[in-house]
Amino acid sequence: MQDYSLFDIIGPVMIGPSSSHTAGASKIGHMAAQVFEGEIAAVEFYLHGSFYKTVKGHGTDKALLAGIMKMEPDDVRIKDAFNIADARGIQYRFFEADLGEVHPNTVKIVMTGKDGHVETVVGSSIGAAKILITQIGDTDVEVDGDYCTLITTHIDKPGMIAKVSTILAQHRINIAFMKVFRQNKGDTASLIVQVDAFPGSDVLKEIAQIEGIQSAKMIRALEG
Amino acid sequence: MSLTIRNAGDAMAICEKNGWRLHETALAYELAKGTESREDILTRMGRHFSAMQESIKAGLVGTEEGACKMFRDDAKRLMAYREKKMTLSGQTMTKAAAYALAVMEINCSMGRIVAAPTAGSCGVLPAVISASMETLSKGEAEGVQALLTAGLVGVIIGKNASLSGAEGGCQAEIGSAAAMGAAAVTEMAGGTPKQSFDAAAIALKSMMGLVCDPVAGLVEVPCAKRNSTGSAIALVSADMALSGIVSVIPFDEVVMAMSKVGRTIPVSLRETAEGGVAATPTGRRLKQEIFEP
Repeated sequence: MQDYSLFDIIGPVMIGPSSSHTAGASKIGHMAAQVFEGEIAAVEFYLHGSFYKTVKGHGTDKALLAGIMKMEPDDVRIKDAFNIADARGIQYRFFEADLGEVHPNTVKIVMTGKDGHVETVVGSSIGAAKILITQIGDTDVEVDGDYCTLITTHIDKPGMIAKVSTILAQHRINIAFMKVFRQNKGDTASLIVQVDAFPGSDVLKEIAQIEGIQSAKMIRALEG
Repeated sequence: MSLTIRNAGDAMAICEKNGWRLHETALAYELAKGTESREDILTRMGRHFSAMQESIKAGLVGTEEGACKMFRDDAKRLMAYREKKMTLSGQTMTKAAAYALAVMEINCSMGRIVAAPTAGSCGVLPAVISASMETLSKGEAEGVQALLTAGLVGVIIGKNASLSGAEGGCQAEIGSAAAMGAAAVTEMAGGTPKQSFDAAAIALKSMMGLVCDPVAGLVEVPCAKRNSTGSAIALVSADMALSGIVSVIPFDEVVMAMSKVGRTIPVSLRETAEGGVAATPTGRRLKQEIFEP
C-alpha cells in the first residue's frame, strides 16, 4: 500500500496540460541543466518515439527547454520558452529517436557549453510528474529529483563509499538513500547519495578532493 | 506518533474517537508523517487553494485563439447563459460546471493549474469547492479545510485503487475527483464524516466504469466537459448524502469494486487514445488535423 501524502493528491501546482508530458518534461530539463557545469549555448533533445509523437499537443518541447533554463514546473513563462531561449541566445533542436528498451516517455538531452564541452543526460517521465534520470554521460544512474542528490564518479576500489559518507557525517548531513553503480570491477563506479539537506560548496569540494574521486556533483531537489 | 489510515473505516473511527471532523483527521494524517508542521501544511495547502482560485479567474477571462486545439470560451458561454436565463440544473451547479471548464481551458493552454488528483481532472475540485463556498458564504479557511478533506479521500482511493487514467480509466481520475469533491463540500455544508463518505460513494458509483479516451491523446475532448459533468455529480451526490440518503454500498467497498473494474477495462480505453470517442470518425479526423496538417 503506497504511502501517500495529501500533497501527492492535491498538487503539484504546475503548468498544464499533462503531469507527465509537461510538468515531468520540465523537471527532466531542469535536472539536466543542474548537471551541466557552465553556461549552455546549445541543446539537442532526442525524444523516444511515443514521447515525440505528442510533443505538440502537450508542449513537451517548450517544457523541456524551459527546464534547461531552470524554470520550475509551475512557471507561467514555460509557454514562451522558445522566445526566451532565442533572447538568451540558446540554440535548441528536437529530434525523434529510438532510445532502445526504455520507458516510453524518455528523452536524451545533449547540451553544449559556451566553452564547447558536451554533457549528455537521459531521463524518463514516469507518471504523475515523477521523473527518473537514468544516465549522466556514460554513467548509469537513478536520480528522482525528490531529494538533494550527490553524484560522484570514482575508481571502483574499497573504502570510497566510507570516505564520502564520513565527510557527510562530519557536516551533519543525513543520508536518506544510497546506491552504487559500476560498469566493470575496478573500473569507474558512481555513487548516488540522496540527502536530507543541501550541502554547502565546501562539502562538495572536500569530497572532490578524496583520492580516487573523478567528479562530484550536487543536484538540488525539485519543487512539487 | 503514528496514524494508520488505510480506508474510510479507519478515518471515521479516528474522527469518532477524537471528536474530529474529517479535515482535522486529514491534517493529523499529514502531521504524522513528521516532515512538516501544522502551520507549514496549512500554508502550503493555502497556496494550492489560491492557485486554484486564480485558475478559475483566468479561465473565465479566456485564452488566446489556438491555445487549446479543440475548444475555447465554453466557460464564458455557460456563465453568460446562467446570468441571463433560468437554468434547469440550478445556479450552483451551472456555476461549478462553468468553473470546471474554465480551469480545463487554462490547463490545455499551458496555464498554471493544480493537479487534483491529476492534470486531466484538475477542474473538478476548484469548481465544486468554489461554487459551494459562494453558495454557503464560506471563506478561504473553509476552502483549505475542504482541500484537506478532499486530499484524504484521494489518499484512500490511491491506496486501495488507482488515480491514474492509464491504470484505471477516467473513473480513476475524474471519478476520484468527483468523490473527493463530494466529500469535501458535504463537510463544508455541515455533514458528518459518514455523510461525506456516503457522498463520495454515490459520486464514485455514478462514474464507475468510465473509460479514458482522449481525442488525439490530448487533455481536451472529452476531458473538459467530463470535468464539468463530474462536478455536477459531486454536487448532487453531496445534496443526497446531506438529505440523509445513505450509500447502500459503503465507500470502502465501492473503492474495491472500482479497482477491480479498472483492471478489466481494456488497454484501448485507458489513455491510449485508441478507443471510445477518440476512435470515432470525428475523433480520428481531429487527430489528423492537429498532428499531420
